[in-house]
Amino acid sequence: MHELSIAHSLVELALPVVERAGAPRVREVRIAVGALAGVSVDSLLFCYDIAARSTLLEGSRLVVREVPLVIHCAVCERDVELPGPLQFRCPVCETPSGDIRQGRELYIEGLEVDVEEEVVPGGASANPEERAL
Amino acid sequence: MSTRILELRRDILNQNDETARALRARFRAADVLALNLVSSPGTGKTAFLEKTLRELVERGVPVAALVGDLETDNDARRLAASGAPVRQINTHGRCHLEAAWVESHLDGWSLSDLDYLFVENVGNLVCPSSYDLGEAVRVVLLSVTEGEDKPLKYPGMFNSSDVAVITKWDLAGPCEFDEAAARANIEAVRPGLRVLATSAKTGFGMDEWLAFLAERRRLGPDFLSAAARSSEPM
Repeated sequence: MHELSIAHSLVELALPVVERAGAPRVREVRIAVGALAGVSVDSLLFCYDIAARSTLLEGSRLVVREVPLVIHCAVCERDVELPGPLQFRCPVCETPSGDIRQGRELYIEGLEVDVEEEVVPGGASANPEERAL
Repeated sequence: MSTRILELRRDILNQNDETARALRARFRAADVLALNLVSSPGTGKTAFLEKTLRELVERGVPVAALVGDLETDNDARRLAASGAPVRQINTHGRCHLEAAWVESHLDGWSLSDLDYLFVENVGNLVCPSSYDLGEAVRVVLLSVTEGEDKPLKYPGMFNSSDVAVITKWDLAGPCEFDEAAARANIEAVRPGLRVLATSAKTGFGMDEWLAFLAERRRLGPDFLSAAARSSEPM
C-alpha cells in the first residue's frame, strides 16, 4: 500500500502549479500510469481523495491513463505492445526481449482548472479551449 | 470563469528519483557497490545477508548494511553480530524504503572506506519496486518454500532487478521445489536475469554469490542497474 505515499507526492507536485495559475478550482488531475509502474489504480484513486482533502485539489477528479507495456524486438526490428507483464517475448516471432520501451511511466500529464476570466481590452473573453503550457 | 488545461509532464516520484540519483553519484565517487535486497516477508533476506556479511568480514572485506524494518531492531542486532557496521531504518509501518531515508542513515560513515553497502528493504514484493534507492544492483530473493510462480505474481519487482537469488536451497528437496519451473518463470518476466541458488544454512552457493559481487564491483560505475535505467533521464 504505497499508493497513499504516491498520492501525497502527486498532490505536493500539483499544488504549486495550481497556485501559480491562480486557479480557484481544479476539475481534473490527469496522470499516466504504466503497466509496470507497480501501482494499483483502484488504490490510488481511493488514496487520492484522502491526500487531496483540505487542499486546493479537494473535490477534483483523478483521471488515470493506463500505459501499456511496449518492448523492442530486435528480430522484428520494431516496438511491439505486450498484452501484459507475464511474458516478455515478442508476440509476433516469440523472441524473448527485456528491452522495455514503455510501461514504467508514473507522471502527471496535466490539470484541468477553472480560471478567472481575463479582462481583455475590447471585452473579448479568454478562449475556454486555450491550452497553456 | 473559464476552463483551462495546464499541460505538464512531471514524474510523480521525482523527488525520490532525484535523491536516488544523488546517492548513486555519491556511491560511484566513493567506489562502493550499493545493493538493494528485496523479497517477500519470510524469504530469509536477513539470514542470507547475515551469512554474506560474515563471509565478507572473514575475508577482510570492508562492508556495511542498512536494514529496513517496520518497527523492531531485531534484524539489525542479528546482523551486527557479524562484526560489520549495521544501522536500522525504522519505517514505522511504511511498506518500503525511500532514498531520503537511506541518505539520512549514512551520516558518519566513510563510504570510500567500504567495498559494499547492503540495504535490506522491507519485506514486500510490490511497493519497493517503485522506489530507486540509488543502488547499483537490485537483488530479488525468493525461497524454495514460496512456490515457483512468485515471479509471475510480482513481475514488476523481478523485472526491475539485476539478479535473482533463490534462498533456503537446503529445503529444495523436502519442498519438491521445481527449479526448472522457477527459472522459466523468472526468464518469462525478465529475460536474461542471472539466477543463483543459495543456502545460508549450509553455505551452498555462497561462493558463486561472492564471485558475483566481486564481478559487479569490477564492472564499476559504467554498469547501470535496472532501477537506474528507469529513473535516470533518457
